[in-house]
Amino acid sequence: MFAPPARLPLGVARLQSEVCRTNHLQSNPARHPMHVAPFREKRGRDELWEENSMHIVRSGASRRRSGLAAGLIAGSLALAGSASAQEISDGVVKIGIMNDRSGVYADTGGEGSVVAARLAVEDFGGTVLGAPIEIVAADHQNKADIGSNVARQWYDEDKVDAIMDLPTSSVALAVQSLSREKKKITIVSGGGSAEISGSQCSPYGFQWAYDTRALSRGTAGALVRGGDDTWFFLTADYAFGDSLQSQATEVIEANGGKVLGAVRHPLSTSDFSSFILQAQSSGAKVIGLANAGLDTSNAVKAANEFGLTQAGQKMASLLLTLTDAHSLGTKGAQGLYLTAGWYWDQDDENRAFAKRYMEKHGQMPNMLHVGTYSGVLQYLKAIKAAGTDETEAVARKLHEMPVEDLFAKKGKVLENGRMVYDMYLFQVKTPEESTGEWDLYNQIETIPGDKAYATVAESGCDVSSFPKN
Amino acid sequence: MTMLFGIPLPALLGQLLIGFINGSFYALLSLGLAVIFGLLRVINFAHGAQYMLGAFTAYLLLFYTGIGFWPALIIAPLIVAAISALIERTMLSRLYDLDHLYGLLFTFGLALIIEGTFRWYYGAAGQPYAGPALLSGGTNLGFMFLPNYRGFVVVASIVICLAVWLLIEKTRLGAYLRAATENPQLVQAFGVNVPLLLTLTYALGAGLAGLAGVLAAPIYQVSPLMGSNLIIIVFAVVVIGGMGSIGGAIVTGYVLGILEGLTKVFYPEASNIVVFVIMAIVLMLRPAGLFGKEI
Repeated sequence: MFAPPARLPLGVARLQSEVCRTNHLQSNPARHPMHVAPFREKRGRDELWEENSMHIVRSGASRRRSGLAAGLIAGSLALAGSASAQEISDGVVKIGIMNDRSGVYADTGGEGSVVAARLAVEDFGGTVLGAPIEIVAADHQNKADIGSNVARQWYDEDKVDAIMDLPTSSVALAVQSLSREKKKITIVSGGGSAEISGSQCSPYGFQWAYDTRALSRGTAGALVRGGDDTWFFLTADYAFGDSLQSQATEVIEANGGKVLGAVRHPLSTSDFSSFILQAQSSGAKVIGLANAGLDTSNAVKAANEFGLTQAGQKMASLLLTLTDAHSLGTKGAQGLYLTAGWYWDQDDENRAFAKRYMEKHGQMPNMLHVGTYSGVLQYLKAIKAAGTDETEAVARKLHEMPVEDLFAKKGKVLENGRMVYDMYLFQVKTPEESTGEWDLYNQIETIPGDKAYATVAESGCDVSSFPKN
Repeated sequence: MTMLFGIPLPALLGQLLIGFINGSFYALLSLGLAVIFGLLRVINFAHGAQYMLGAFTAYLLLFYTGIGFWPALIIAPLIVAAISALIERTMLSRLYDLDHLYGLLFTFGLALIIEGTFRWYYGAAGQPYAGPALLSGGTNLGFMFLPNYRGFVVVASIVICLAVWLLIEKTRLGAYLRAATENPQLVQAFGVNVPLLLTLTYALGAGLAGLAGVLAAPIYQVSPLMGSNLIIIVFAVVVIGGMGSIGGAIVTGYVLGILEGLTKVFYPEASNIVVFVIMAIVLMLRPAGLFGKEI
């Protein structure tokens, strides 16, 4: 059952051993032929915790930053104070950071989000209501079944109180729905599908950093209003690409623009030149990229090479993180428009945080990383305000309290769990403008939160199904 | 505007040219595979990793020593060839007497280790690599804007393919090589150092992959996954051309590049499976491949 599909990158096969291991921990052994029952029963809580820690060390996304991996376990344990309070279940608040630690999104989230979460704990003071705070991490490998298994084990056996980050929308949706069942809080800053706070919303689920709707409203809306009203899409041929394109199309048409065409490319295409040529001959003013990660990078590179931007056409990426922009470099990505909720060089507060993060992780944080920071911090604040870590009470506080930290300067949480804050339209600097490796964006305009995000009614979330307080 | 199959002619010409450029990479890579399989009977699954190593070596040379594209074009393939020769000497050569499957498993494992190591250090997102300044910009051909660098890739790959083909088919060294695979004992009896020949062959094949990697570095992101994305297509090319047929690998590489390019115009969603569909059809009609001999 774990045979990789034919076109899977070879490296993925490496992970199969981890897949099997994760399945040992699955709570429904009967369904898994690889399960070894006695093995599971014998293990106590401490062993499981150890295994989690091993997972952190072994999953490898921590890259070249030496000593980081080794410091992780020590770090999380050091945070544990001795006092524990009555109001906190099990005497400890445990937050699970679940994301891709070894695959295509390992750089956009991965270890960086764990570092950000630890900084949040540090900034909060290390304890909440006298109880220690622990951060644990796991690799969901962008697979919904693995994500659910880890979440189930975390909740049932490891006493994890909340799960955060959760990139890759399919996994985020699976974990959020499981958490609703288990009455646990999720704060998604990695997953971008608008469904997370839309038709599949949860009373205990929160979406923090961005969503596809905000990105398309930000980028497409701003460009069309600025007169760039004809578009051509390069769309990744799967659900995520589809929803990005259709949401952007809505925005373009609502603003009086027109979509001239689209070409759907297979996921993980290495050569975009053919598609770029088609985009070029469409004569559209803007080429919209409804894809992510390496696909975006390769498309942008090809567009530059074929002189698309030099000939006056604009490129707009519907999802580009600072990490992607950095890996492209200003030479490759210059002139690209994108929407994001946070950039390190916006003000002194951001710069100071970025500096601390840089010292720990060797990279600048992107919107997803800082979103995780903000989510962890707000969760801890909510526990403090509620005086307990009981889910209903904390969720109520999370809904009520304004979000004011270095990520969301003036944020609020809607009834559907969507955290609404100002987004920004950026353009990638030219090599001449850029003064350093990470000096990448020019801020073009601010998109007020209410304009960027959907209202509860628009989101399609049925809040009437939520438990009444 | 002249139309052909409902597509404007200039657009079609542009796509054909792009297909030809991609075909250049397929040809270079499948050539190396065919050389190794034809002479060593090893199915070299590490070919994608060696291609990636070539690109990364060029990147690292630039990053740490400031050595630019042109010297890297010579140095990086030599480094890849040297590493591969070492691997062949110390490990792969012990598997020649066993079933082909062992060579395949060994090279596959090797590829995973190399790629995993690079992903650990450099992440999956990839690094940018600037092409040579001499070839920046492009030329307007009337029907399309051809980046100069891509034009260079086409010329370079044709020259390299021809040179390798001549080396193996027309020179004395090539004759030794071919003889050594037919009957190693006899050739050795004539005083030829057969193990050395085999090492050189493997190094040549791997060096070709490394060279393709350097050529690809300015076009694609230099990423640990770049090889595994390509290797399966290249294997299909070799199978279609006929395992071990060097001329077949070259011709098939170009033809499939062009066919894939056309698919991107007419039905883009199918562009990454068209090669395999062709492979299935060819295997049904000619199990030994288009240019292969029945064994």
